[in-house]
Amino acid sequence: MADLNINIAGMQFKNPVTTASGCFGYGEEFRDFYDLGLLGGIFVKAVTGSNRDGNKYPRMAETPSGMLNSVGLQNKGVDHFCEFIYPRLREFNTQIIVNVSGSTIEEYVKVAERINELEGIPAIELNISCPNVKEGGMAFGVVPSTATEVTRAVRDVYKKVLMVKLSPNVTSITEMAKAVVDGGADVLTLINTLLGMAINAETQRPVISTITGGLSGPAIKPVALRMVWQVFKAVKIPIVGLGGIMNATDAIEFMLAGASVIQVGTANFIDPMVAPKIVEGINEYLDRHNIASAREIIGALKVC
Amino acid sequence: MPVILPGQFVQVLVHNSPSTFLRRPFSIHFVDYARNTLKLLVQVKGEGTRHMGMLAPGDTLNLVYPLGNSFSVPASHKVLLVGGGAGVAPLMFMGDFLNQKSIRPDFLVGFRSADEVSQVEEYSKYGKVYLSTDDGSMGEKGFVTQNPVFNQSPLPYDRIYCCGPDAMMHAVANIAAEKGVACEVSLENYMACGYGVCLCCITQTDKGNERVCIEGPVFDAARLKWQSNG
Repeated sequence: MADLNINIAGMQFKNPVTTASGCFGYGEEFRDFYDLGLLGGIFVKAVTGSNRDGNKYPRMAETPSGMLNSVGLQNKGVDHFCEFIYPRLREFNTQIIVNVSGSTIEEYVKVAERINELEGIPAIELNISCPNVKEGGMAFGVVPSTATEVTRAVRDVYKKVLMVKLSPNVTSITEMAKAVVDGGADVLTLINTLLGMAINAETQRPVISTITGGLSGPAIKPVALRMVWQVFKAVKIPIVGLGGIMNATDAIEFMLAGASVIQVGTANFIDPMVAPKIVEGINEYLDRHNIASAREIIGALKVC
Repeated sequence: MPVILPGQFVQVLVHNSPSTFLRRPFSIHFVDYARNTLKLLVQVKGEGTRHMGMLAPGDTLNLVYPLGNSFSVPASHKVLLVGGGAGVAPLMFMGDFLNQKSIRPDFLVGFRSADEVSQVEEYSKYGKVYLSTDDGSMGEKGFVTQNPVFNQSPLPYDRIYCCGPDAMMHAVANIAAEKGVACEVSLENYMACGYGVCLCCITQTDKGNERVCIEGPVFDAARLKWQSNG
């Protein structure tokens, strides 16, 4: 049994496997399937300043080795979260990180301030990369100056671990990573979904209501690995890596590229038991390679 | 097998094809606890169902089940089950379930033409069967909503349970509302997970967006806004 513990920015993860925001609800839906204490952590669904109904149906298109979604941050807002969801999350024996989203800097700040008050939530993940809302969202995450600005504004009010989730829909991911580090981020999460589109040739219409949406699944894994690797070389802060991880081998690849912790997203839709299987698979890999600790493979890619 | 109720569904994993990445949801067609069997009624439509059609006896299928809510238990014996096309799937299970509660429902099933009609004799074990085909090649000609069953006034039913294409369910729901009969419909929205986390399968109801996979697939038709499904 290898040592699977990972410590990033002072946070202890019992293993590097966490679940991605928007792909795991608030955790409760998975309690029928396994003990959530088996996970390193859970990134819960995006919370915004007030209620959002989300986008119109249809919100999803299956695409080759992946899917396109346009949910549009449907959630009941931060007040509802604090009152009704947070107390239930506290029962889980794993790290709980709240994904924070908004349309304005003021909204991000308001949500971050509220979450800062919640005991037992050691970190937030600032979502400046959602491609599916008209205003805000990804707009903050594709221009370095605004990415710095929103990160700094939240940094000023948020006293715990600040993670920032980056958009891949940029020319230079390293420039964006550096901009967010300048704003005071402790950890970088990458990548969010790639902006994509699906068309039904028979009806000559787009498949989803918003025409474009976020592409996820194994189709985006090579892009995600490349970006994790580039950012790992460019900045000093820890990386949470995701993008098409379906199994332990994929997870190992992200860690070799430089991720300290990984998130499992779309794979939860195909196999509800996949996350604990990945924990087990990482352990088997480490034992098979006589590696004592999962920490040893972070950024350990051999390039010469 | 766990307890399974009529109206619930399974998510089927179709292996080995990049174009069948997600699971496919199917209504549960029949459950036989004595034989430990569960039946699905699958119409070959695309890549996923084509692969399923090639399965041989003894092959294994990866399922997540039982998912979703179920049809309500009717308060009276006067029940009509309406199905169209592949949407007839859950009606057999519901018929058996009702028989066990000493209720013999009427069935109204619709298909495009005679060559798509199947299992009418099976349904008749559980109740009286009315049949419609779009082209009139078998049973009454036209949609189920044009079947003489609906010409009766008042309708001799206290509750209608319906499953099929959206347009058909909407039309049946409208008739039920006009005639003052309670109606439940089973929606078939596109979904990714099937267990409530992706929020892709939503439908608009009197409570806002609800998940077809958790709050549904069965809804009281009077609560639906319908426009969300195009």
